[in-house]
Amino acid sequence: MFSEEKLNKVKEIIARYPAGKQKSALIPVLHLAQEEFGGWLSAETMDYVASLLQIKPIEVYEVATFYSMFNLKPVGKYVFEVCQTGPCMLLGSDNIIDYIKKKLDIGVGETTKDGLFTLKTVECLGACGYAPMMQLGKHYREHLTPEKVDAIIEECRVKAN
Amino acid sequence: MAEEKKLFKVKIDNISVEVEPGTSILNAARKIGGDIVPPAMCYYSKLQGSGGKCRTCLVKVTKGSEADPRPMPKLVASCRTNVMDGMEVANITSPEVQEARKGVVEFLLLNHPLDCPVCDQAGECHLQDLSYEHGAETTRYEFKRRTFDRIDIGDKIQLHMTRCILCYRCVFTADQLTEKREHGVLGRGEAAEIGTYIQQSLDNNFIGNVIDVCPVGALTDKTFRFKNRVWFLKAVDAHRQCEDPKCCGKTVLWMRGDEVFRVTARKDKYGEVEDWICDTCRFDKKDVKDWVIEGPRNIDRHSVISQGHYVGVHKPKDTLVEVLDGRQPKLLLDIHSISQVNRPDIDLSQIDGPAHSDDFNKQ
Amino acid sequence: MGRKLLFDKAHIEGIRYYDVYRANGGYGSAEKALKSMTPDQVLDEVKKSGLRGRGGAGFPTGMKWSFIAKPEGVPRYLVCNADESEPGTFKDRYLMEFIPHLLIEGLLISSYTLGCNSCYIYIRGEYAWIPDILEQAIAEAKKNGWLGKNIQGTGFDLEIYVQRGAGAYICGEETALIESLEGKRGNPRIKPPFPAVKGLWDCPTVVNNVETLAAVVPILRIGGDEYSKYGLGKSTGTKLISACGNINKPGVYEIEMNISVEEFIYSDEYCGGIANGKRLKACIPGGSSVPILPANLLLKTAKGEQRMMTYESLADGGFATGTMLGSGGFIVLDEDQCIVKNTLTFARFYHHESCGQCSPCREGTGWMKRVLQNIENGKGKMSDIDLLWDIQRKIEGNTICPLGDAAAWPVAAAIRHFRDEFEWHVLHPDEATKRNYGLAHYADPLEIAAPAAV
Repeated sequence: MFSEEKLNKVKEIIARYPAGKQKSALIPVLHLAQEEFGGWLSAETMDYVASLLQIKPIEVYEVATFYSMFNLKPVGKYVFEVCQTGPCMLLGSDNIIDYIKKKLDIGVGETTKDGLFTLKTVECLGACGYAPMMQLGKHYREHLTPEKVDAIIEECRVKAN
Repeated sequence: MAEEKKLFKVKIDNISVEVEPGTSILNAARKIGGDIVPPAMCYYSKLQGSGGKCRTCLVKVTKGSEADPRPMPKLVASCRTNVMDGMEVANITSPEVQEARKGVVEFLLLNHPLDCPVCDQAGECHLQDLSYEHGAETTRYEFKRRTFDRIDIGDKIQLHMTRCILCYRCVFTADQLTEKREHGVLGRGEAAEIGTYIQQSLDNNFIGNVIDVCPVGALTDKTFRFKNRVWFLKAVDAHRQCEDPKCCGKTVLWMRGDEVFRVTARKDKYGEVEDWICDTCRFDKKDVKDWVIEGPRNIDRHSVISQGHYVGVHKPKDTLVEVLDGRQPKLLLDIHSISQVNRPDIDLSQIDGPAHSDDFNKQ
Repeated sequence: MGRKLLFDKAHIEGIRYYDVYRANGGYGSAEKALKSMTPDQVLDEVKKSGLRGRGGAGFPTGMKWSFIAKPEGVPRYLVCNADESEPGTFKDRYLMEFIPHLLIEGLLISSYTLGCNSCYIYIRGEYAWIPDILEQAIAEAKKNGWLGKNIQGTGFDLEIYVQRGAGAYICGEETALIESLEGKRGNPRIKPPFPAVKGLWDCPTVVNNVETLAAVVPILRIGGDEYSKYGLGKSTGTKLISACGNINKPGVYEIEMNISVEEFIYSDEYCGGIANGKRLKACIPGGSSVPILPANLLLKTAKGEQRMMTYESLADGGFATGTMLGSGGFIVLDEDQCIVKNTLTFARFYHHESCGQCSPCREGTGWMKRVLQNIENGKGKMSDIDLLWDIQRKIEGNTICPLGDAAAWPVAAAIRHFRDEFEWHVLHPDEATKRNYGLAHYADPLEIAAPAAV
């Protein structure tokens, strides 16, 4: 269940659209729900969003499974989403992915045993000029090098403690 | 006096037809009928919003209209493109269209399991017909095909996603025929699938219609699965006074002897149901006494379903002898003497009902 | 220094904020439009400017606007396409991050012209921090009377909302974007009807790229005629180019469309040459979906003319020897890069982003990816190259939306121009996993066919 504050936010989002078009709020509200309920969307969370927007649960499942930013399974506290498309590949994103795999001892799509890190490969995030790069939470980490990856991992570990 | 409606003149493969404005190219072609009708795997005239997805009905518009005769730059989906006055369309007369269609069939079959021998839809499968008419003999795909687990959606319907071609017809059906849609399209791209996300039975008195609209064997009737092959059954038109006011009660019974193996809606020559039927009629009325039998269903003679009916067949006049001016043809090989199946001692016209493999096993 | 129209004030400290933006002449164009011009007059200026859609297709903006249906009592919508997802393209991000008010001013003028009172900025979900920047700018503009009710006492009302996507390249296609904005899967619609007649919530809608809408501001400031004097021929004005790959100075550049490709790559004002002293092998000048060109065809056209950074010059020679300006995502490959690998990443991208609605794209993109993976991993056959060619040919033009074409073109162009590199991969599978094919003959001067005698 959303807090009072978040419920107000949902109301504010719905108010952006004409009356009866509250389904338009689905993607923004799913983002909100994912942030709020542990970084992923469980069936219960999706059903709850459906009830908030007065739409059928299947309409939520259809959308949640379409967009790549919605996690349908639990993920680690920090998700490394490393771009691997053309421009990043040209500047060595494959090496960065390999480095993270070795460093964290996980494969792509896996989470470390302590539940702290998940490694995902993603397709172009629009930072081609600052490659290689990854998304970490809300922000981009660009011009990645093994040293920078080390620093990012350390930074997350410190924050988690 | 009512104003006379102006009709649009359209030419499809050089055959002229006049249709009302707002008619799609596909429906104009259906008005002409015959070979020039583009095949359609996802379009369904009774479902709003359907069509445009499978791309089998692509045609070439060689002349846009009388007012703007420019041809359209790309092939268009005939099911979702409306005619204009003076439009000229090429379907079977365009090698480009034939080539593109062959490509589409290959794409549709790319991940299809081709498990026709164990598929209940075989014999009435649109994909089977389509690949027979427009497909290549072999596949060029050398990779693992995608598979899914079979799911029961309710106790009467089975979903076998592996065979699905994502025509979206069942989704439209559930959305437009029932109050609550519980299944939809999940996932994206190649991983897209029809599903309920969390396993859910589809509980509605009209949901069974998804079986009839499915062009392939992805949605099958569990009360009929593996009971019989459709070409061993005799299709008869029947009706009953159905309690559900939305149900037309007019069906086809698929029978063998006095036994009703399955009940479906009546379908026209394009495989579309004439009117929806309810699940009670479809799944629960399997006694011949429930029905008023109208007579045999007229099944296209090209269909494999019409092959099994031998009763009352008269021996044709021996035209070959006539052509040969009375001379008897020389018998090169007596097939009966070596065939295990086509045994000369069995007179097909004596078999009651459609022939079944059992009939040949009797000594 | 080339003339600039969008980034002319980008270097000013604090231009992101209203006060600085306003103090530097910001909202002057909006003031001019709303207070002294009718919507039709603004439309005329945009038409005169020759502005073409900056999202990739290059369709004349004024013409697009004039198509919008105006039924009585039905609201019209302007949707700003900020779903920038084409590999190689990151120009809109820069504009929104650093000069958000330029976009908002553009939206205001455009909405006034089209008669829209609600406007949505649909931004890709991964740009998660930018909505905050935009919303702050919107709040500032509202506080200063540039948004909301009765803007600057003119009686015109406008609200701008920011909507985040959630990771789907396909939502950059305008009808998929509209579907997504309606809270649905990003499945492109089958056209017609076009959005100008039936768009968002079945109302007439115009969808324009961020840069297109921002360009309306300088058009109003200097006038359509003056704007059309920038650039060459039908490529009027300036264009944002996001340059990346193996160059010394990757980044977003505003160019006047009258410079040569060579100048853009090698001059210090722009890319600053190929990084690490390497040589140029190939370039994809307009985002991943446009055809890749080898160095020799990139710098000069097949006719031997200097290739310019314009819509026409880049497209010179059609797909046989030309390419497209597209969205301006300029990807440069040096001599050490592998064309097969690069093509594979694009094929993988389109496979990942296919919505799955229509069969050629749903099935064909994955097929191409797998065949390319085989070639890249040393398991390819010679016949695979022709197979790839045939698959792309059967996707192109046969899909609902242009994603099919976008997936087909990179594969087609790579085979067209770099076939021997593909063949080398097949014939030398072991060597190909250890080293790359290199520059080969791809930068050799071309033989120019003598013009046929008349």
